[in-house]
Amino acid sequence: MSDGPADTDDALSDADERGDVADPRREYSTYDQARWSQDGVYEPLLSEKDSTTVEIDASADGSDGGGEGEEGGGPLPDELTRDALTLPGLAEPTVARHYVRLSEMNYGVESGPFPLGSCTMKYNPKFTEDLARRPAAAVHPDRSDRSIQGVLGVMHGLQDYLARIGGMDAVTLQPPAGAAGEFTGIQIARAYHEANGEERTEVVVPESAHGTNFATAAMVGFDVVELPSDEDGRVDLSALREAVGEDTAALMLTNPNTLGLFERDIEEIAEIVHDAGGLLYYDGANLNALLGRARPGDMGFDVMHYNVHKTFATPHGGGGPGAGPVGVTGELAPYLPTPHVRKAPEEEGGDYERYEPERSIGKVHGFEGNWLVCLKAYAYIARLGDAGLADASAKAVLNANYLASQIDYEIPYGPFHHEFVASAGDADAADVAKRMLDYGVHPPTTKWPETVPEALMTEPTEVESMDSLDDLAAAFSAVASEDEATVAAAPERTAARRIDQVAAARSPRLSWQALDTQN
Amino acid sequence: MWDGAIGGCNSSFRMTRNTQGSPYAPHTDAETAAMLAAVGADSEAALFDIPEGVAFDDTFDIPARSEQAVRRTVQRTLDRNDDLTEFLGRGHYAHYVPSLVDDIARRQEFLTSYTQYQPEVAQGFLQALFEYQSILVELTGLDVANCSMYDAASALGEAVTLSQRVRSVSGDRVLVPETLREGKRATLEQYARGPSLTVDTYPTEGGVADVEGLRERLDGDVAMVYAETPTVCGAIEEHLSAIGEAAADHDALFVLGSDPVALALLERPADVGADVVVGEADVLGVGTTYGMGLGLFVTREEYLRQVPGRLVGAAEDATDRRTYTLTLQTREQHIRKERATSNICTNQAWLALRAAVHAALLGPDGLVDLAEECVRLPRDLAARLTEISGIKAPVHDRHHFREFQARTDQPAAAVAADLEAEGYAVHVVGEHRLQMCVTDANAHAVDGFVAAIREVA
Repeated sequence: MSDGPADTDDALSDADERGDVADPRREYSTYDQARWSQDGVYEPLLSEKDSTTVEIDASADGSDGGGEGEEGGGPLPDELTRDALTLPGLAEPTVARHYVRLSEMNYGVESGPFPLGSCTMKYNPKFTEDLARRPAAAVHPDRSDRSIQGVLGVMHGLQDYLARIGGMDAVTLQPPAGAAGEFTGIQIARAYHEANGEERTEVVVPESAHGTNFATAAMVGFDVVELPSDEDGRVDLSALREAVGEDTAALMLTNPNTLGLFERDIEEIAEIVHDAGGLLYYDGANLNALLGRARPGDMGFDVMHYNVHKTFATPHGGGGPGAGPVGVTGELAPYLPTPHVRKAPEEEGGDYERYEPERSIGKVHGFEGNWLVCLKAYAYIARLGDAGLADASAKAVLNANYLASQIDYEIPYGPFHHEFVASAGDADAADVAKRMLDYGVHPPTTKWPETVPEALMTEPTEVESMDSLDDLAAAFSAVASEDEATVAAAPERTAARRIDQVAAARSPRLSWQALDTQN
Repeated sequence: MWDGAIGGCNSSFRMTRNTQGSPYAPHTDAETAAMLAAVGADSEAALFDIPEGVAFDDTFDIPARSEQAVRRTVQRTLDRNDDLTEFLGRGHYAHYVPSLVDDIARRQEFLTSYTQYQPEVAQGFLQALFEYQSILVELTGLDVANCSMYDAASALGEAVTLSQRVRSVSGDRVLVPETLREGKRATLEQYARGPSLTVDTYPTEGGVADVEGLRERLDGDVAMVYAETPTVCGAIEEHLSAIGEAAADHDALFVLGSDPVALALLERPADVGADVVVGEADVLGVGTTYGMGLGLFVTREEYLRQVPGRLVGAAEDATDRRTYTLTLQTREQHIRKERATSNICTNQAWLALRAAVHAALLGPDGLVDLAEECVRLPRDLAARLTEISGIKAPVHDRHHFREFQARTDQPAAAVAADLEAEGYAVHVVGEHRLQMCVTDANAHAVDGFVAAIREVA
């Protein structure tokens, strides 16, 4: 590595330009991410700050410690223990500074716009965090139903809210993420067909669907039938008619789809699938477009998942935890995972209780899912109510349309709702995204769906103001007007410069133990 | 702009916005009108392309409430939980979580960020996950840790699907201990259904594996053998190497379940022949969460391309400096679709961050001390309980970790119900058998707990 003072100076010189009149970004919001480095290396690893080895002592009498003869010895015989443990041993202030510096080299929703298409990066209200930290919320799942009426009450409340919002008859909160919700829903479809004595082997998925849909169907053991879209970007009805038949277990559909388009023929789609004996599965990733305007249950969907970390504003946490509750029609309710929460009749005391649904598929989580995430979603829905939920969708759709009207890139498909897919045209969408980082905004999702060349899939959500959308639009426009070399060299204002991901995958180093200490 | 009116009676009403819409959508009426004009729409409703037949024109009947009102309502509901001191474990454990963990984790840069698809602007989280992976590599002695699965049960499920992708392994049977916790067993069966695998059991003896019994169940049809340490009853498994050898003799994958606190003290999985380590890493940095979980998944380098979930690797940036990035993404669903190693996308990354901060705070001394405490505390508690007439503890003559089982002369359910009335929660695991868990989190309550058992046993 040629990492010397010269390189360091070069990198630092960017920061020196902060007040430079020549900065092309002057008319836009500007941004310089914190960039901690030491001796030409970015913030060192914990293991580079300290490495301490602790030898494990065996119990003095070699077998049962028992309490006597333990002076200086550990509690276990030698054959049950490891020899030593080597890890960083740092004082609390050092640990605090380490992680605060790392946090400064990370962009969040409160840093600036985060318009990742399909991800619904909303503001995460603080009071929901406070509720999740209540000591009363911290209980063990093996407690008796009688002693955790609070937890079961909230779970029952959320089941009920979600059922109303989705137009479903019953909801389970057990799936810990959207993909786990898909897994649950498709297992329910499999069990339902089996119970009807039918062996159906295929799941139909539109080509523009989320990758999880394909992977889920395969994990449950189905063959995946990929459905092409029509030239308007929606489900091709004649292709659908050809694709479904007696082997079809389900069609998995996102509505609005990943281009932001409402599947206008949804009633006919439902009829085609149902006539073939299949079930209709709703991927809830884009539900933020429809709150209070349309419900999957009313469109003919039999089973759906909700992404509470998208639609209901629970934090994404750098990748999770989320939650993927699943809603079903009454006919499928007996197949829900165990346990499910219900309220006993008032004459029997009206307590909340856990029970095993009659034909339960079993479990998809060791306990009962991401409870604290569900608690936050419950609080969010209770805060917004009907008016707030409908307004969230209205403003999300307005924001997407307004932003689209302010940018120079072509948007081939419409009318879109909460998100749109622009094309970077001759430019490489990934490069465009990297340069956008220099303008203090997070870029859109890139290069997907593939129906749009060099896709920039953009979902601003309702939380951006007109001002910040103007900023975002300015960032798009600025990048569009810049020369290829500048864009290809970006980003320059972020903690790290352009990262070579191809080389990283070619020679994987996945732990500090795997690093060449000579570097 | 702040109008300086804060503090007056009226202004406090103004601050608690009595919203007609989403309190988190910043639009003023004038902005909404300007934006609608810019897109050429008469109303927000005109932007929706929803056919009449499926339009929803009813309400959910959910009233909007102020933040304060929601807090009050939800707190009141949560307060319906009885305030019990828990001596509960069996897969979900409490250890004290230092304040710094919460403080760091709640920083919005960590809490609200997305998966690190733009690594240049997400170095902080990536480095924290890289460090988390490294801590697990040290604890297990294996080479490759991912950034998390949902929980121990789903990690076990993912391990069984991995066994089907490993060329040296064949067969369609999976062997697990007969005492495996029901939630894990049922989740494993869910994952096993797709590849049409059968989940079978092998016997246990005195709380640990019966290796002879296991060998009798093993044949060329077995793809995977699963064992745990500590076992479900809290016993430290004494036969790990023998289990590993038995699995290897039949070319079956040896999957070991454990957790990062136990692994700080117990035999290193790499030394007993483990191919995959799964388990619950939420014992660090998370605490009691109604069992949310943080699935750990660590394996050998040779299975690298078959690993489910996200991996963070070191990389270089344009200045040749070391950075971090998600890597080997061609294994994942968003690239490989139905040929992906798993469908997992959203995982438990933020809990992995919390676990890493906790591990960093403890350091190796603190981790080993905590683990040794997890051996001494149940040993001491069992010794005190067994002196009480009507109780024999521990049931199994083994070394225990965090928890153990106790025999009661009275029906166990009745004893547990009486204990609950006294303010303590324990597991009922048999007609005359309880299980109880003691760690640094509830050690302060042991005297009262022993007195209560003396009262009710």
